[in-house]
Amino acid sequence: MSTFSASLARDWRANLRQPSQILNPLAFFVLVISLFPLGIGPESAVLARIAPGVVWVLALLAALLSVEGLYRQDYDDGSLEQLVIGAQPLYMAVLGKATAQWLVTGAPLTLLAPVAGFMLYLPAEQMGWLMLSLALGTPTITLLAGIGAALTVGVNRGGTLLALIILPLFVPVLIFGTAVTETMLLGATHEFPLLILCALLAGSITLAPFAIAAALKIGTEQ
Amino acid sequence: MNAAPTRSPTQAPELLRIDALECIRDGRALFSGLSVTLYAGELLALRGANGAGKSTLLRALAGLYPDYTGALETAAFVYGGHKPGVSGHLSTAENLRFLVGLANRPAAQPAGPQESPDIGMLAPLAQSISAALEQVGLGGYEDVRCNALSAGQLRRVGLARLLLAREPLWLLDEPLTALDPAGAQLLGEVLDNHIAAGGGAVCATHQDLPTTAHRTLLLTPAGVPELSRAG
Repeated sequence: MSTFSASLARDWRANLRQPSQILNPLAFFVLVISLFPLGIGPESAVLARIAPGVVWVLALLAALLSVEGLYRQDYDDGSLEQLVIGAQPLYMAVLGKATAQWLVTGAPLTLLAPVAGFMLYLPAEQMGWLMLSLALGTPTITLLAGIGAALTVGVNRGGTLLALIILPLFVPVLIFGTAVTETMLLGATHEFPLLILCALLAGSITLAPFAIAAALKIGTEQ
Repeated sequence: MNAAPTRSPTQAPELLRIDALECIRDGRALFSGLSVTLYAGELLALRGANGAGKSTLLRALAGLYPDYTGALETAAFVYGGHKPGVSGHLSTAENLRFLVGLANRPAAQPAGPQESPDIGMLAPLAQSISAALEQVGLGGYEDVRCNALSAGQLRRVGLARLLLAREPLWLLDEPLTALDPAGAQLLGEVLDNHIAAGGGAVCATHQDLPTTAHRTLLLTPAGVPELSRAG
């Protein structure tokens, strides 16, 4: 557990000292969402219908933007080698890093979701469901994106490769994440997609750090 | 026995055992048939031309290079590679605290030289971090972010990390890089203290180490390493 908290505290501090790394994906999220009413037209029924999907797709893209540097900096300065050599177990260190990453990406994005929903005429009573689905889904996204970031850590300009690797992995989260709010709009039950999101989160917390740790080991072996 | 720095191999515990090691890089054997045993209280200087495999050997010892055949056994170790291993966004003290905290491998028999019984506790660690930084000439730099430091100062942070380390075996890749003469002398003192306290070290280097290396391992392009004992 101390490995987890040491790793979390270290990355939390490092993240806070690079505010642009935190703010850029969030600004991207809000700006692109503000383009939709301009591009599609201010018809509230149409915008409200696509709102959950738009918010979720942009949450995925914002995660993609922010995750590239997750292991790259540590790789470049050599602290990743030290982590792979020393951390016992590496699983907990990786989970700590992912938590720190989520706290500066997924968590503020979840809090910003009502702003996005407001711009897209999402009914006020749906905002809570949108936020709940993001709160459950964004940690899964951070962990899955971490697998891609770890796999491409030694690759120069791995951005496109990273997108090719992780966007397909995002599909289940996207489907069930949007379904939470959409089924509410359509008047169906929201329990099923919520439970699936919970299951995906439980699965990725348990398994993704193993994949990330293995990928980081391979990435530092050279 | 008189006060000779080398301990008798039969008394001192083994820190490192390499047996019939062959490292392969891009389908080419860098060296083969390498067998070395390092006992506590010994320093092994690793020499050889560029590309002879010094860094690869150290990485293999640290578990960062898997493409080898043969057997490797190491005691708990600190690896100081080409990259400093400190994050530029963290202060020197934060980096050191994290790096020392990582070192929780099962401890091997001999204790490190600077060990104090309470080094694992947080408040004493903060004090010993300050003391270590002071000792390497970075006193007062506790809260300075590492991306404000020069390459040589980063090397000195690495030296402070060695002072704080409890591991008996040090694997150092070109530890003299970017250090000024005073820093090189400091490294020599740190190594001497470590060796005298029963630690061991393997240093890859091109320059003469500012200490008496007990043994020198020359990696030759021919592939068969030569081991010599320094006088």
